[in-house]
Amino acid sequence: MDALDLARWQFGVTTVYHFLFVPLTIGLGAFVAGLQTAWYRTGKDHYLTLTKFFGKLFLINFAMGVVTGIVQEFQFGMNWSEYSTFVGDVFGAPLALESLVAFFLESTFLGLWIFGWNRLPKRLHLAAIWAAAIGSNLSAYFILAANAWMKHPVGYEVVNGRARMTDLWAVLTNPTALAQIPHVVAAAFVVAGGFVLAVSGYRILRERGLGVTGRRTAEPATAGAGDGDGDATIPLRRRTDMWRTSLRGALVMTALAGVVVAGTGDLSGRLLHEQQPMKLAAAEGLTRDTAGAPFSIVPGVEVPNMLSLLAAHDPGATVQGVDDIQRRYEEQFGPADYTPNVPVVFWSFRVMIGFGMATVGLSVLGLWLTRKRRGGQPSGQRGRQRGRRHDSRTGEKRAAAPVPSWFARACVLALPLPMMAIIAGWLLSEIGRQPWTVQGELLTAASVSPGVSLAEVAISLSVFTVLYGVLAVAEAALLVRHVKAGPEQPPTIPDPTLTAADPDAARLTPTLMY
Amino acid sequence: MTTFWFIVIAFLWTGYFVLEGFDFGVGALLPLLSRSEAERRQVIGTIGPVWDGNEVWMITAVGAMFAAFPAWYSGLLSSFYLPMFLIVAGLIVRGVGLEWRGKVRPGRERALCDAGIVAGSVLTAFLWGAVFGNLLYDTVLATVIGGLLSLSVAILHGAVFVTLKTTGPVRARARRAALLAAAAAVPVGVVALPSIPASAMDVPNWSASPWLWACAVLAMAALTAGVALVWRRREGWAFTATALSIVLTTATLFGAMWPAPLPGLTLAEAASAPYTLTMLTWIGLIALPAVLVYQGWSYWVFRKRLTVDISSH
Repeated sequence: MDALDLARWQFGVTTVYHFLFVPLTIGLGAFVAGLQTAWYRTGKDHYLTLTKFFGKLFLINFAMGVVTGIVQEFQFGMNWSEYSTFVGDVFGAPLALESLVAFFLESTFLGLWIFGWNRLPKRLHLAAIWAAAIGSNLSAYFILAANAWMKHPVGYEVVNGRARMTDLWAVLTNPTALAQIPHVVAAAFVVAGGFVLAVSGYRILRERGLGVTGRRTAEPATAGAGDGDGDATIPLRRRTDMWRTSLRGALVMTALAGVVVAGTGDLSGRLLHEQQPMKLAAAEGLTRDTAGAPFSIVPGVEVPNMLSLLAAHDPGATVQGVDDIQRRYEEQFGPADYTPNVPVVFWSFRVMIGFGMATVGLSVLGLWLTRKRRGGQPSGQRGRQRGRRHDSRTGEKRAAAPVPSWFARACVLALPLPMMAIIAGWLLSEIGRQPWTVQGELLTAASVSPGVSLAEVAISLSVFTVLYGVLAVAEAALLVRHVKAGPEQPPTIPDPTLTAADPDAARLTPTLMY
Repeated sequence: MTTFWFIVIAFLWTGYFVLEGFDFGVGALLPLLSRSEAERRQVIGTIGPVWDGNEVWMITAVGAMFAAFPAWYSGLLSSFYLPMFLIVAGLIVRGVGLEWRGKVRPGRERALCDAGIVAGSVLTAFLWGAVFGNLLYDTVLATVIGGLLSLSVAILHGAVFVTLKTTGPVRARARRAALLAAAAAVPVGVVALPSIPASAMDVPNWSASPWLWACAVLAMAALTAGVALVWRRREGWAFTATALSIVLTTATLFGAMWPAPLPGLTLAEAASAPYTLTMLTWIGLIALPAVLVYQGWSYWVFRKRLTVDISSH
């Protein structure tokens, strides 16, 4: 065990941890902005309630994404000074642009959004949450462009032992980046979608007096009302309708994002075949160059020619194998071990695909289950017509099917799936890149800070791990508590004193968001 | 181009120290300025909408160092490993405390958040000064004096900011806190500020530059003027003076670090290629003015003094 091993562990721990929060920030920010837009355009109260409810969950999570991100920026210099000196000319530029273009936008406008509920005009306040959400997504673009350069360096030359950028545009439009960015961002929307599905599913069960395990916890008289028998009390109906709205929104978001993830995943697979053959070989555990390579669903269960089909869109194509690439790399770069940790890469690949597809499959199933049916139950929304525009499409003819309780339960239980899928995707991508920090240019072993001692890294690694552990428990407890408590203003109890005098008053009443 | 980017980075650090300087001060003074939860919310509310945006100045400064002077960035962060680690840990505890205090249960949980805000603010404010003090002199004494300077000036700056942004008892307490902080900041400043240009005496043709000495003297003058203005209850001008003092101190500091920001490393050796610097310049010229405009606008939106708000919660 030396400083290099600990520095790698620290990078792995802090990066995976950071990435538990970031996808939710990226996807949930846009989702909250969408909810607020719906409220702005329709004036319906339940959109406002949902905006504030999910907004609060978003902010609890956002804090963690920000503070753990600072660690990332610092530890390149702290633990990987040789890497930083080598790549800074190219790699530093997108990082600087990320702060300048994305982080300022995100943090400034989020501050305006949190504190601006009763200070800004409604239109500007809506623009603030969109600006913050756009900032989050822009930051993903820059950091992923920097990351893609490590795997497929472009637009540079090496002068005096340092990479020198020759073409910024090439770095920002690296084909690896252009495949990876939509893949990761869309996956973030799947994670956020999975989160909203779980929260909405839980709230629906709770409104019906059902627990996640299927036991009745309260209000047994109204239980089962959502299953379509139509004898529900109106408040319950309206409450579940509100969560049905957020659930439907998340289903649409997850399904659409899932299509993008699949398409760009296919593109990334083909780029791996051309640019990072070792990662592809390790992902299948393929030892020898193989024509018509199979894909193992699990070890022993193979689909013939599938890997070749995925990698080159040609069932007969030759996919390189780990041992043969190792031999060729030794000829090219000199003797060393160029093979990443094959079992980790192999299983990450399967967890990513399996859990990711399960989440998207769940969303497609949900869309079908909750589709609007001719002659079905009338929607409970119709009673609330104070908005600017009454939605006539959900009138008598077509009505929304209620969310089955078993499906709501499945949404809650599926919460870990997209998170595990996206983390597995990173393990595949970054462990599969080893032993390189910059593919073909710089080895991880040569990247570490020479002057930093084992003790120093041990201290920072252990403190970060403990601190992060405590904060993770605290964040989970906070989120669970707020989800259980539900929204601060139930939409079923409009305040007559506010609405009578001024129809806008209720909408402008701020909730304490901070 | 190298000099230009050195000035840009100095500018970003200056923005960070001026803006997050008062954030740190407000955080450090939280328990001293408030006697009730409503007052604590009033104190935190002065920085609530803006502190995160202020922190991005540091993230951008560090990012710009990475891009423009990779060897400076990696050398500074790896040679000050433990202080940098503590700064990041302090920023984590502080940021989470600020964001979560309104979302946890009142009582013990909120008190824990407040403790995080205070500890994180004090630790980080001290460490930045300590790092630069150590960088210039490499002695324990200089490290401690540097840390005390940044901490005491941040507390003074933060107290003045609270007097400017609040009403009622909190404002009165902040004025007393500012005067007390000045009792520490002014003597420390008298020792520390002239030491900054003096540290660069052995760099030929530069350290003797009268400009650096002028900056250091003006920084002292601005600091003292700030104290006098607090005494005379001219809060807006007092804040301008403490901000100006931080600007001049940072200018002196970066002046003393030119042209070798780390021992044995010149800017020319540390710099990225001219192509990279040119590209960054063009993007910076477009993006930075926009940032200044919308961040300035956010301060304008939240320009009003905060009163004690008992109704919420």
